[in-house]
Amino acid sequence: MLSKRIIPCLDVRNGKTTKGIKFKENVDIGDPVEMARFYYEEGADEIVFYDITASSERRDIMIDVVRRVAEEIFIPFSVGGGIRTIEDMRAVLLGGAEKVSVNTAAVKDPEIISAGAGAFGSQCIVLGMDVKKVELSEKTPSGYEIVIHGGRTYTGIDALAWAKKGEDLGAGEICLNSIDADGTKQGYEIALTSLISGNVNIPVIASGGAGNINHMHDVLKYSKADAALIASIVHYGTYTIKQIKDELHSRGIKVRNTW
Amino acid sequence: MIAIIDYKAGNLKSVECALKKLGLPCCTTHNLGEILSSERIIFPGVGAAGQAIADLRHLGLNEVLRQAFEIGKPILGICLGAQIILDKSEENSAQCLGLISGEVKLFPSPLFSEKNERLKIPHMGWNSVHLIKRHSVLEGIKPADEFYFVHSYYPVPASDKYVIGTTDYGIEFPSIIGYKNLIAMQFHPEKSGTPGLKILKNFCTWNGHYAE
Repeated sequence: MLSKRIIPCLDVRNGKTTKGIKFKENVDIGDPVEMARFYYEEGADEIVFYDITASSERRDIMIDVVRRVAEEIFIPFSVGGGIRTIEDMRAVLLGGAEKVSVNTAAVKDPEIISAGAGAFGSQCIVLGMDVKKVELSEKTPSGYEIVIHGGRTYTGIDALAWAKKGEDLGAGEICLNSIDADGTKQGYEIALTSLISGNVNIPVIASGGAGNINHMHDVLKYSKADAALIASIVHYGTYTIKQIKDELHSRGIKVRNTW
Repeated sequence: MIAIIDYKAGNLKSVECALKKLGLPCCTTHNLGEILSSERIIFPGVGAAGQAIADLRHLGLNEVLRQAFEIGKPILGICLGAQIILDKSEENSAQCLGLISGEVKLFPSPLFSEKNERLKIPHMGWNSVHLIKRHSVLEGIKPADEFYFVHSYYPVPASDKYVIGTTDYGIEFPSIIGYKNLIAMQFHPEKSGTPGLKILKNFCTWNGHYAE
């Protein structure tokens, strides 16, 4: 039986990790390669890197991080942020990443999903979705809307319709981030995760809102999420991955035991 | 020297990194002479069967693999490399290498777990392997060990005698198969943490002998 995956997310800016609270006031907290190795050894099932570098040298810095990570950790890892073209995808995958995630670029040009899946296989392409709860409307019948620019720009795209379209275009997985829950530590948005995960046939990673293990238990148990993304609760040492997995295991969630 | 077969099927960097970490000399190559003179071969692969077979044929690698298999060189197939060693695949209706008799099938859809939950395709993530036969390459692997899978198709050898391990995902499918000097696994040992690295290490000292 497949285990639920526990995935630390590292935000990387100029080659250093940061953790943003609601995408504002980021603080540098370390070296991504060291942190990745630490989580790998602690039993993380996968690692997500999100490149938030604004400068134009972003690609080279990030590709160097990717290469060094690939030499140190032997679990899958994905890279997102600033992936705009097939060439961006190729550089990351050749660097040794398992997957690339596209978010804003896919909103602007959905064909990047099919082009990426065609070139590298669906299993490499993660559709990152930033979502906010909105009033039910004709444009957003699910009550959730896709936002970009860290939640500052509404796109008018319905989140559920977008998830299905992403799957049809060849995305192999969805990383679903609730902007409302992100950074709050008040729990994942279970209704949203359940809605999306229950209506696509590709894996869904729940993201945004993890404040304690109970939140992780709830999203993995009640929302059909295949994996849970975590950041602050491990970056700031509130829990170790082992503590999280022990607790989830004792509460009946199937997780990979690595010790 | 271990030859990692390069036929543009991706994911070669991870295999190379894992071998380097283990201190095992390797080269990623599609040079026929280099492959035939190597001590052992890793045959990785990610992507679609049809394209992979076309690329292998284009580079003349299908024949090299066959020769290497026939002369008893230890070969490790990974993921797609555990599929296209069979006769044919449902993916792109591809005619494959036929080193082991059998075919590659798509997971049935819809697929349900024992608890009647809908299972997603691809089968992506960590799962365990029930070892039903002993094999030197799997020495030290424990029943609780999990491995990283990502695939929508799975290998079905013509006979159970080729099946070394199976995995449950709605159905029980062969996840490790082997015949003579060839062993192949549907999961990615190079991305499966400590137990995966152990398999790669074992492979690198395996003499290629396997009694079914």
